[in-house]
Amino acid sequence: MTPTDPATAAPAPTAPHPHMAAQVRWRTVEYVFWLATLLPFVVAPDYLALASQIAITALFALSLDLILGYAGIVSLGHAAFFGFGAYAAGLVSKWGWGEPLSGLLIAGLAAGLLGYLMSFVIARFRHLALIMITLGFGLLLLEAANSASGLTGGADGLQGVKMWPVLGLFKFDLYGFTAYWYALIVLFVFFLMARRLINSPFGLSLRGIRENPVRMRAIGAESGPHIRKIYTIAAFMAGVAGAVLTQTTETVSLGVLDFQRSADILVILILGGAGRLYGGLIGAIIYMIARDWFSGVNPQYWYFPIGVLLIAVVLFLPNGMLGGIAQLIDTVRGRRWFGWLTSPPPWLRSGSKP
Amino acid sequence: MMTSLLGVLFDGFAYGMLLFLLSVGLSVTLGMMNFVNLAHCTFGMIGGYATVTLMNAWGWPFLATLPVAFIAAAMISVVFERTMFRRLYRASDLDQCLLTIGLVFVSVATAAFIYGTIQQPVQLPGYLRGSVHIGGVTLGVYRVFLIVFALAVSGLLVAALEFTRFGAQVRAAVDNQRMARGLGINVDGAFAITFALGSGLAGLGGALAIDIVGLDPSFALAYLVYVLIVVACGGLGSIGGTFAAAVLLGISDMAGKYYFPAIGSFMIYFVMISLLMWRPSGIFGRR
Repeated sequence: MTPTDPATAAPAPTAPHPHMAAQVRWRTVEYVFWLATLLPFVVAPDYLALASQIAITALFALSLDLILGYAGIVSLGHAAFFGFGAYAAGLVSKWGWGEPLSGLLIAGLAAGLLGYLMSFVIARFRHLALIMITLGFGLLLLEAANSASGLTGGADGLQGVKMWPVLGLFKFDLYGFTAYWYALIVLFVFFLMARRLINSPFGLSLRGIRENPVRMRAIGAESGPHIRKIYTIAAFMAGVAGAVLTQTTETVSLGVLDFQRSADILVILILGGAGRLYGGLIGAIIYMIARDWFSGVNPQYWYFPIGVLLIAVVLFLPNGMLGGIAQLIDTVRGRRWFGWLTSPPPWLRSGSKP
Repeated sequence: MMTSLLGVLFDGFAYGMLLFLLSVGLSVTLGMMNFVNLAHCTFGMIGGYATVTLMNAWGWPFLATLPVAFIAAAMISVVFERTMFRRLYRASDLDQCLLTIGLVFVSVATAAFIYGTIQQPVQLPGYLRGSVHIGGVTLGVYRVFLIVFALAVSGLLVAALEFTRFGAQVRAAVDNQRMARGLGINVDGAFAITFALGSGLAGLGGALAIDIVGLDPSFALAYLVYVLIVVACGGLGSIGGTFAAAVLLGISDMAGKYYFPAIGSFMIYFVMISLLMWRPSGIFGRR
């Protein structure tokens, strides 16, 4: 055996770059955040149903964040996958298989398959055509679900969804106790996946494509396959979020496919801060709690504060609330502690327009 | 069979004219500044509410309210443009989308607050009601009026763009904004005027639409989709393209709802997606 020269030997392929390693490390704030998600069990047991809604919305927002915040694909029809997963989970249960975990997987796979097919279209377009195609696709699916009332129940909603206990042990109860921890665990598992994904070399190339697809192509990262992959993953996650909604509420209505839902989730993500892992989560918490507070008022009026907030965020807080907080903290005491909040997306400000 | 086909074509054409009036302004402003203005139908809604208010509260005749609808929408749009939109001309698509959708939300809530969420009633004058029979086909008088009116407006628009100095400046700015600036054309000024005119036309469209599709606070969101479809299919900045797309989509929507009621409501989305897959920049689009 000839001794190898240490200078020419390749570095161990498993050792990540120090910068990447620093991104992966868990911060104290993150531990605090996830511990705080357990608070509703103790502090607000009457609001567990709302808490599970928040967890579902957060998962949905996280899936949009993967494509919008990290890959830069604007979608006005992301509810299509949420709704597809919701109906898939509902139908599986209605046809006699009420086991939640496998139902979740089936619904996710169904939405993921739809997303995979759709991704071939998505990867070809940019700008206005992309916005229009995602919008049209979402509306098309809504109309399809409305027309196929024999299958989906149409405007009356899907009836007869019966879920078996989780793992055969925990029944979904009226107070939303099971629903919340079930939704929370699903959210946490997918959050870990998303966190791993965006800190991987794949996640880095996605951010590269968001910033400059032409240059990424020049260094060997073709944008098409990357976009197809992340779009499929995001569709899978959105489908799972929809399935959790179906399973915890045991009903599906046309509202899961509504344009309003696509718009809301976009608002939630932007308010929280797109291109940040916690952006969608924080946005979901704030939005859902605020909507619960205002739920007594006419729902049409509810859009007034949301509209004002959107305008204000675009004009004054281009990186969302998390971005604003991170900026504030940076200016106050340097960025050592809150590095996980940063990595701001400058494309929100500068854009890639000619 | 033949007469029903003609009737559907006629109704679809009238509906297409309505879509054209609502969307032509957006097409030109998008072509000029690349500004994705999702609040365009808000101006249509403003025009509609101006007409309703004048007719029902002050008893104005229908035709007299139309110029007011135009002016009201144009003036409010200028205020928005000068205070908010102009700050985002160089921002990303997403920012522009978000700001204008925020405006739509605010306008929908405001309209619901002032007028309530019910459909607004409007009483057309006698000479615009009823129908005429030509060769066995029944044509609604109001629809004939709508078609003639929209054709006149588009003729005026094309003439203004083709034969005036201002029109030449606008065309130059649509073709190549940087070059137009380099030649000393005041693109921002031309844009502000075009924006006001386009929004005014949307206001006119909104006023004319009340009798056909009704008016309630969700108008700004519901018709936004149709308008965007027309603009995206027609190609940005192209009046001819917008016209063709509006007619095509109006007729296919009507025909779809008439002949295939089960799937009719998604005919229009289907036409749009296939059109965009075939030509991503629209029928007459160049970019």
